[in-house]
Amino acid sequence: MPPTRQTGFKKPKDTKKTALRLLSYFSEYKAQLIAVVICVILSSGANVYGTYMLKPIIDDYIVPLIGAENPAISGFLMSILLLLFAYIIGAFSSWMYNRIMVTISSGVLYTIRNQLFVKMQKLPIKYFDTHTHGDVMSRYTNDADAIRMMMSQSVPQLVSSLLTVVSVFIMMIILSPLLTILVIVMLFIIFGVISFVGKRSALYFKRQQNALGAVNGYVEEMIEGQKVVKVFCHEDKSKEKFTDINNALRHASSNANTFANILFPIMGNLSYLHYALTAMVGAALTIHSGNSDAGFFALTIGALTAFLQYTRSFSQPITQMSQQINAILNAMAGAERIFQVIDEKPEVDDGKATIARVVVEPDGRIIEVNHRTGRWAWKRFGKNGETVFNEVKGRVEFKNVTFSYDGKKTILSDISLVAEPGKKIAFVGSTGAGKTTITNLINRFYDVPDGKITYDGIPINNIKKDDLRRSLGMVLQDTHLFTGTVMDNIRYGKLDATDEDCIEAAKIANAHWFITHLPNGYNTMLTADGENLSQGQRQLLAIARAAVEDPPALILDEATSSIDTRTEKLIEKGMDGLMKGRTVFVIAHRLSTVRNADMIIVLEHGKIIEQGSHDELIAKRGKYYQLYTGAFELD
Amino acid sequence: MLKTLLRLMSKTDRKYALTTPLLIVGEVAMETTIPLMMARIVDVGIANSDMGYVFRSGIIMMLMALVSLFFGAGAARTASVASTGFAASIRQAVFFKIQDFSFGNIDKFSTSSLLTRLTTDINNIQMSTMMVIRTCVRAPFMFAMALFMAVSINARLAAVFLVAVPVIVIVVAIVSKLAMPKFRMLLRKIDDLNRVVQENLAGIRVVKAFVREPYEDKKFNETTTEVRNAQLSAERLIIINMPVMQMVIYACIVAILWFGGNMIIVGGMQTGQLISFITYVTQILMSLMMISMIFIQLVNSKASGDRVVEILNEPLEINDENANPSLKLDDGSIRFEDVAFSYQHDIMNCAVRHIDLDIKSGETVGIIGGTGSSKSSLVQLIPRLYDVTAGRVIVGGHDVREYKLDVLRNDVSMVLQKNVLFSGTIADNLRWGNEHATMDEIKDACRDACADEFISSFPDGYMTDLGQGGVNVSGGQKQRLCIARALLKKPKIIILDDSTSAVDTETDARIRGAFRTKLKDTTTIIIAQRISSIEDADKIIVMDNGRISAQGTHYELMESCDIYREIYDSQQKGAE
Repeated sequence: MPPTRQTGFKKPKDTKKTALRLLSYFSEYKAQLIAVVICVILSSGANVYGTYMLKPIIDDYIVPLIGAENPAISGFLMSILLLLFAYIIGAFSSWMYNRIMVTISSGVLYTIRNQLFVKMQKLPIKYFDTHTHGDVMSRYTNDADAIRMMMSQSVPQLVSSLLTVVSVFIMMIILSPLLTILVIVMLFIIFGVISFVGKRSALYFKRQQNALGAVNGYVEEMIEGQKVVKVFCHEDKSKEKFTDINNALRHASSNANTFANILFPIMGNLSYLHYALTAMVGAALTIHSGNSDAGFFALTIGALTAFLQYTRSFSQPITQMSQQINAILNAMAGAERIFQVIDEKPEVDDGKATIARVVVEPDGRIIEVNHRTGRWAWKRFGKNGETVFNEVKGRVEFKNVTFSYDGKKTILSDISLVAEPGKKIAFVGSTGAGKTTITNLINRFYDVPDGKITYDGIPINNIKKDDLRRSLGMVLQDTHLFTGTVMDNIRYGKLDATDEDCIEAAKIANAHWFITHLPNGYNTMLTADGENLSQGQRQLLAIARAAVEDPPALILDEATSSIDTRTEKLIEKGMDGLMKGRTVFVIAHRLSTVRNADMIIVLEHGKIIEQGSHDELIAKRGKYYQLYTGAFELD
Repeated sequence: MLKTLLRLMSKTDRKYALTTPLLIVGEVAMETTIPLMMARIVDVGIANSDMGYVFRSGIIMMLMALVSLFFGAGAARTASVASTGFAASIRQAVFFKIQDFSFGNIDKFSTSSLLTRLTTDINNIQMSTMMVIRTCVRAPFMFAMALFMAVSINARLAAVFLVAVPVIVIVVAIVSKLAMPKFRMLLRKIDDLNRVVQENLAGIRVVKAFVREPYEDKKFNETTTEVRNAQLSAERLIIINMPVMQMVIYACIVAILWFGGNMIIVGGMQTGQLISFITYVTQILMSLMMISMIFIQLVNSKASGDRVVEILNEPLEINDENANPSLKLDDGSIRFEDVAFSYQHDIMNCAVRHIDLDIKSGETVGIIGGTGSSKSSLVQLIPRLYDVTAGRVIVGGHDVREYKLDVLRNDVSMVLQKNVLFSGTIADNLRWGNEHATMDEIKDACRDACADEFISSFPDGYMTDLGQGGVNVSGGQKQRLCIARALLKKPKIIILDDSTSAVDTETDARIRGAFRTKLKDTTTIIIAQRISSIEDADKIIVMDNGRISAQGTHYELMESCDIYREIYDSQQKGAE
């Protein structure tokens, strides 16, 4: 399910802290940022200066020279050239700062994305249990995008608008303090309108978001259940309900959009109103100053012209600023959500013991080597700092393990068991009995605090997580394939495996036959999550992936649940080959799968209620016997 | 594409959409006249020191600005109403169309792709509509008006536009043309990035189990690097537009000041005219920029439009237009006559073929076979969820294609393998089967489906809220609710497609017992993995690779059918 896009504005919780932290990403771009600031100043400066130049050009050159016989235009030409020069610098600067900002923003975004992803890889499984994919995804999409927009558009625009407004205001005071009073009145009106429209806009926006949520939720549910809708001829009902909520959305969003759109025309035309008023008062002042010595109220035609141009370029930046601030707040909220992930606690990993390739000398000494030997050892450091090796055998022991995911509901209570090297241990029990949880504890997807689980005698908390997991092959209930070829997907188990290794593994899993019947054999591209394969075929690939990894121990969690019983019989031989010589943990609710295990453990409500071999348990005539004879079935 | 979508626009929305440009014409007329008025104030009012003229003109100008404000705000309103209304109509059309989809159509689109079309894509269309109706008239009209004003003030000076306009058009066109493929590339790279994250999230346990975090980091880093490079090359290009635009405006202003200034000096022009001319420069060139923005927006939303239209134009695989509206099912008998069926309508690539089958009304029939043996494909032909590719399916005495779909499906109730409950109470969900069902009828159906006990154990009983997708009940409970829902239809035929897989054997047996005693006259078809679920059926059909490989009772099949025996053996009921 993709994230349902919520485009509403979100408010950040601590703007200042987030802003400062976001700023720290810019530290490596100090020189560029200084250049950006200079360019922004030059660009808006050139604009303001250019408008101001209208006054001297008109007052000092054009008006005095009107009707002159031999006008001395060299001064005029000089100031025109000066103006051109200023403009060229202005346009060039605005190109420069935009270009630099693109470089900076793409660089910062690159850093943030990578940090986010690297951190995500380190998070414990629990994090992914408690956060939906859509929620995590939206940080890569919506939130990152909001930051990009802010960096490349909002901030430069905000700075340049602010500079323009301030410098235009100063120039206005210089040109005519009296007309500036009109500007101040105008400012009050502008802010009044912005806050009036803004408030209503926010209100209707919220209503629109709610209506949108209702429509999206309904649509999602109906489309998920579309086939059921068809079977029950429920189409008309569902159309009827949709029409209602769709109309509600139409109503809400037409209001929300009206208030969002109305601001620009209102501000634009208020500015024309201001322009007209200024023209009228200004013209009166000019006439007045032409007739007498007006002093403080003096206004020339050139000054009026420049002032009028300023009034036109005054309101737009203000409107823009009010919108950019929203975008910036939105980006801050996004940044906060991204930082939240980056600040999450990673998986704890204090383990020191690592796994090493070794050869075992005839005298029993273990020597670390760099090539494949098929033998592995745990490498630890003794009390005196000397290296200690003991061979990886695959003996796993649980001592009175009690576990709960959330600290409230106990999932496993007082589990004790020993898996001897090379033996097959099967877990049987209904959904929620705790089978998968046991295997999740062995590979430390979840941690049991004190060393109650040992691997070859070493508490698993003392083993480096990566090395622990490398020693355990897993085939999970939800097989997951990646975009890439079939070969790539098998090789995921062991990145340096040769093609031959992969094909060999596929043969063990009995997947070779169907793979060779795919359009491009091992080079067939698998699309997102292997949609072009059946569930059963995907499970076979997952088994092949574990086979190529060739680990000392294996966990098979419902690895064959989607393979029908006949096909399962066919691959049983391959599976036996795969399991030979390894410690294997098998979870299955199909009892035929676990029958030949060395030890069967029957779980109920997180407790071991029976354990023993198939024959022992049958003889015992307990729960397993009931299950097996079909008096009781698992769900 | 446009035609299909425009046909969906309602009459009222069309009115609003057409009013918008009219209002905008009014607004632009005012906007382009105001600078001219200003010029008159300077050239007539100030020049003659005529205070009366200045005030008269000033007040007229202010009135014009007010009128313009009224028009502008009105246009914003009408454009919003029209575009949101248009979007709502499209959303409705798409949703209705999806409701009409047959199974074959549904299979073609993934849920997430349908959702994107209904949300993001339609939102894009709404934004473009808004933009188009507000600017498609505004920009050209503003361009024409301002140009007209400029030429009427001073045609010689207006010659600067002969240079400026082509420069802008050419630069913007070239930049946009070059940038477009780069932006498309950027979007593709972002899609890749999202895909890598999505796959990683979905497979996080695999990643961790195989200790592939560094490998995934590297893979992601390659993607982000590509995104970064694509972003740089696309954005670096597009940002050229703005400064070029600025420079052209600046150059025009300078040229006008110089040439205009000289004209004023020699008496060919007046100061006020020069000032208004500068305003027209901005208006003319900005309107060009607006036009280019419309193009970009349209190109961007074209993909969205195409995706939406793809749904609207999807031909329905099944329709009942030629059905006989008064035809009802005679009974619950079913007959397949040499039926072949292919999901791709390709007779060479059939999911089921050569099916001949005769089921009498009221019989109980079990279907068994390995995964991929097309058990579900076979039964889906009975309520006509798919159409046969060859042969005939006769239900209740007539070919299924002769019935109205709702008549057929109300009498043939099917419990799907992948079943869904909806948000609402348990009773709401059960009423899907029969919206007028009384509480007694509902309880009755639940007793037959062995759901009554667990429902009564909930504090709110039948009023328990299920949450979206029925998350508040377990798998086995969900299956029983789905069966009860199907029973409420009181159908002539009921089909259970692996519908008790999560129910324990004992309960399963009780449900079958209830079916036998209370639904004696209802034809029952049960697809199952477990032999125990079907062994007491009147007839068992063994499917293998899309064909019926044997049919008979349990004992007959144990005697004669190897596959059946193999399945039986593999399930190993009872001690060896």
